[in-house]
Amino acid sequence: MPADNYYLTTLEMAQFVAEGYLCFDAIVPTETNNRVLQELPALASIKNRALETQGIAGGVGIAPVSDDQMISDKQVALPNTGLHLSDCYPSESIGEFLRLPQVQGIIHSLVGIDPIFDHDWVHLLPGGSQFEQHLHMDAVIDTSDPAFDIQLFYFPHAVAPGDGGTRFLPGSHLRKVRAEGVSRYQHIVGDRQFSGPGGTVLVFHHGLWHAGQCNNGIDDRWMYKIRLNPRVPQVRLWNTEDLERVHNDFSDHQFAVVRTDSVGHIFRSMQPWQQGHESRYETIQRARLWRYLTGDSDYDVDYYLTRLGRRRELMAQ
Amino acid sequence: MTEKQQVLYLWLAESALDTAVIGWAFYDGTSGDSPTIPLEDPPYKIGTDALKDGWFLIQSPALPMSLPGSEHNISYLPNEFVFERRFTE
Repeated sequence: MPADNYYLTTLEMAQFVAEGYLCFDAIVPTETNNRVLQELPALASIKNRALETQGIAGGVGIAPVSDDQMISDKQVALPNTGLHLSDCYPSESIGEFLRLPQVQGIIHSLVGIDPIFDHDWVHLLPGGSQFEQHLHMDAVIDTSDPAFDIQLFYFPHAVAPGDGGTRFLPGSHLRKVRAEGVSRYQHIVGDRQFSGPGGTVLVFHHGLWHAGQCNNGIDDRWMYKIRLNPRVPQVRLWNTEDLERVHNDFSDHQFAVVRTDSVGHIFRSMQPWQQGHESRYETIQRARLWRYLTGDSDYDVDYYLTRLGRRRELMAQ
Repeated sequence: MTEKQQVLYLWLAESALDTAVIGWAFYDGTSGDSPTIPLEDPPYKIGTDALKDGWFLIQSPALPMSLPGSEHNISYLPNEFVFERRFTE
């Protein structure tokens, strides 16, 4: 049951930290979806023409589309990078989507109230398009700063399996890689390709590996994607009513006394590709991000960080 | 008659060749009539299964060395093994 303001729960936040994404099936009403679908061709047209004037159309990993697919009688005013989100799309259907309480609740929980508009894009995959991206992440290699952006992937119409849903690799977001450095990974066990009902929103940590896939269906596939930057430290921005109950201390240790109802339990859950001892480093990275999100500099899972951080203190006992 | 190469990348769970396949990529330099591999599931359960099926190992991964301060960082899939097999066409 979501909170009245649709803010995320602590366990949902922990799942985001562990897997790098959350999926909200059909949270956008059909009426909004229909209005957005009427508007997306206009937005796509403006953006694709801008690429053409730069001479880079088709060279930036975006599926080629024809002018016929971008005809619309709608008018769209593009927002500038750096605007507050509340100043973007004041009278457009895209703005209606972004201002839905259930979407605002997700945004506020992860990056705070009224974050910065970074950029957006309309991803159109014509029916039958065999255009396919390599696996990549949308950034230059990150620093050790745990702050993160989010990207909303909004599918205003239903997407059947194999019909151009975005491919992504759960749990890949905390790896420090270059954008196209992961392009050689054609298949990884446990990777997923989105399919689902219209009005579904995927929310990604900006580091999550993903790729556009071919559209084997006969209908065009539309998707709207927006990147948002936080303006505040991302500390306890969600609905923290359950935080005290599930927030474990360092003694929650899988080789000693272990809890199965804690955030730590979620952080121990690995993806099919996260096998072997590599999973220990994943756990450490998740604990570090949770320290940032909760403001608890002593947070730990399975004692890895505490053992090192308290070495001198323990030896003095 | 020319020799043509197929290349198989396997990413394994650990640095040992007899551990589980967690990722794979296949590149085919032949005309397309030579044997291929399934795409939906891992072609082999563990790395040594590829040897038994006729693939020749041409590269093992160097073990990662951590720089001070980055001992716990995670990055690319570390256990990348490269295989080839050749066909005469």
